[in-house]
Amino acid sequence: MIVAEQKPLQEIRRMISPYERVLILGCGTCMTVCDAGGEREVSFLHNALRVAQSRSGNEAHRFLEYTLKRQCEPEFLEMLVDKVGDVDAILSLGCGIGVQAIAERFPDTPVLPGVNTSFIGMAREQGVWDERCAACGDCRLEDTAGICPITRCTKGILNGPCAGTKNGKCEANKDMDCAWVLIYKRLERLGQLEKMRRYYPMRNFRAVPRPKRIVRTPVAVGEDNG
Amino acid sequence: MANSLFEEKLHSNEFLVTTEVGPPKGVDVSEMIHHIDILKDRVDAINVTDHQSSVMRFPSLGGCLLVKEHGGEPILQMTCRDRNRLALQADLLLAYSRGIVNVLCLTGDSIDVGDHKEAKPVFDSDSIQLLKMIRTLESGKDVGGNDLKGTPKFCVGASVHPEADLIEPQLIKFEKKVTAGAQFFQTQGIFDVASLRRFMQYASQFDVKILAGIIVLASARMARYMNDNVPGIIVPQAIIDELAAVEKGKGLQKGIEIAARLIRTIKEENLSHGVHIMAVGNERVVPDILEAAEVEVARH
Repeated sequence: MIVAEQKPLQEIRRMISPYERVLILGCGTCMTVCDAGGEREVSFLHNALRVAQSRSGNEAHRFLEYTLKRQCEPEFLEMLVDKVGDVDAILSLGCGIGVQAIAERFPDTPVLPGVNTSFIGMAREQGVWDERCAACGDCRLEDTAGICPITRCTKGILNGPCAGTKNGKCEANKDMDCAWVLIYKRLERLGQLEKMRRYYPMRNFRAVPRPKRIVRTPVAVGEDNG
Repeated sequence: MANSLFEEKLHSNEFLVTTEVGPPKGVDVSEMIHHIDILKDRVDAINVTDHQSSVMRFPSLGGCLLVKEHGGEPILQMTCRDRNRLALQADLLLAYSRGIVNVLCLTGDSIDVGDHKEAKPVFDSDSIQLLKMIRTLESGKDVGGNDLKGTPKFCVGASVHPEADLIEPQLIKFEKKVTAGAQFFQTQGIFDVASLRRFMQYASQFDVKILAGIIVLASARMARYMNDNVPGIIVPQAIIDELAAVEKGKGLQKGIEIAARLIRTIKEENLSHGVHIMAVGNERVVPDILEAAEVEVARH
């Protein structure tokens, strides 16, 4: 899933300052799961903004709150049609895709990002998320025992560890595992170290040119995999 | 035929000595030139570091030109951190055109350890892919498969980490570097002769020259700092204690003694094909170390 962090309150207050009526818009999918912009966070942020506003003695804003199931899909965005007319701006707690989908659908309404979209990852434990995929368009997890060196190695290198690894940790961050130590150990366990001995040429950074687009011809279920 | 004086030395059976100079942050190169002048006749070649520890400095290629102008034999350190494949190839073409043909291929330290922590890390290639890139240029093509006008020839090296706490993946990488065309290796700083001996028992099966990395320590504080902050460096406690035992102001003298002792042992016991001395700011003492170690090189 996509993982994000809510922007600092001060930055959000600066962004909304020109607008009187602000819709705080949550997203019911990834942003809910990563505790950055679901229904609960919308409500918390609404309260925080109201408190900050009353403390400053400047009651400039009126807030509405709403959470869509998904901000990134056109059919869900249609539910906003009745609401956008009543607001001066939308403060989206969706990921960067949600913010842009809203901007495309509602060309006359300013949309502001309430979160910093950080990475594609997974929950490690309560309150901890780790990045796991760089969406590079050229997956090589087969060769690396299911551990992504592009994401988890700070240098994203393909031919084994650099010399900076110490105690199994990365030179860039002593709390971060060296991806190549993990890959080595797992390949060894699987009896597949020959995969590490292979030479991997420079990556094609244009595997799918940016901005990327995938076009798939519709097929009947089951037709494409025999 | 050898492409450089250093490559010619690699083919000999002489005990090889290289060292390195770090370019300044700024345009005052007088100290670096001074170091080049006192070192050029005492060693077989001088590396010029490439934004070492990801700290922005005068460029390696510029430093190599100065080594050349002052009659030394340069080794161009080239990392993949700051340049994509176009920039790396272009710099290699320039280097060759100016007579700089010894290249040490490194992946490069992480941006996070340096002084421009918000910079974009490039790493379009890694050290092994850079070795291959050089061999491709030597075939008359660029890595895009296009013909070159005029073909360069290089003498290429790489680094290896014999004291890594998990050695096996490093050895796999070492073999890949050999296959990719590395002719010589300068190791990360060695402090434990036993680990070098173990590494050489394995590495001697390959037709490459290994230069053991010798770091000149100037104090116990510096040793501890390196352990905590310099990627890959592991200074053993015994050496830290030895440095800590000397009176204030005598640390560097002790460091010279430790480095010379290591070099003498390595040479006497034939533990590697040579040494690469990294004086990290104390380049002026390299001749003292060589004297204390009783190592002399014959520059042609």
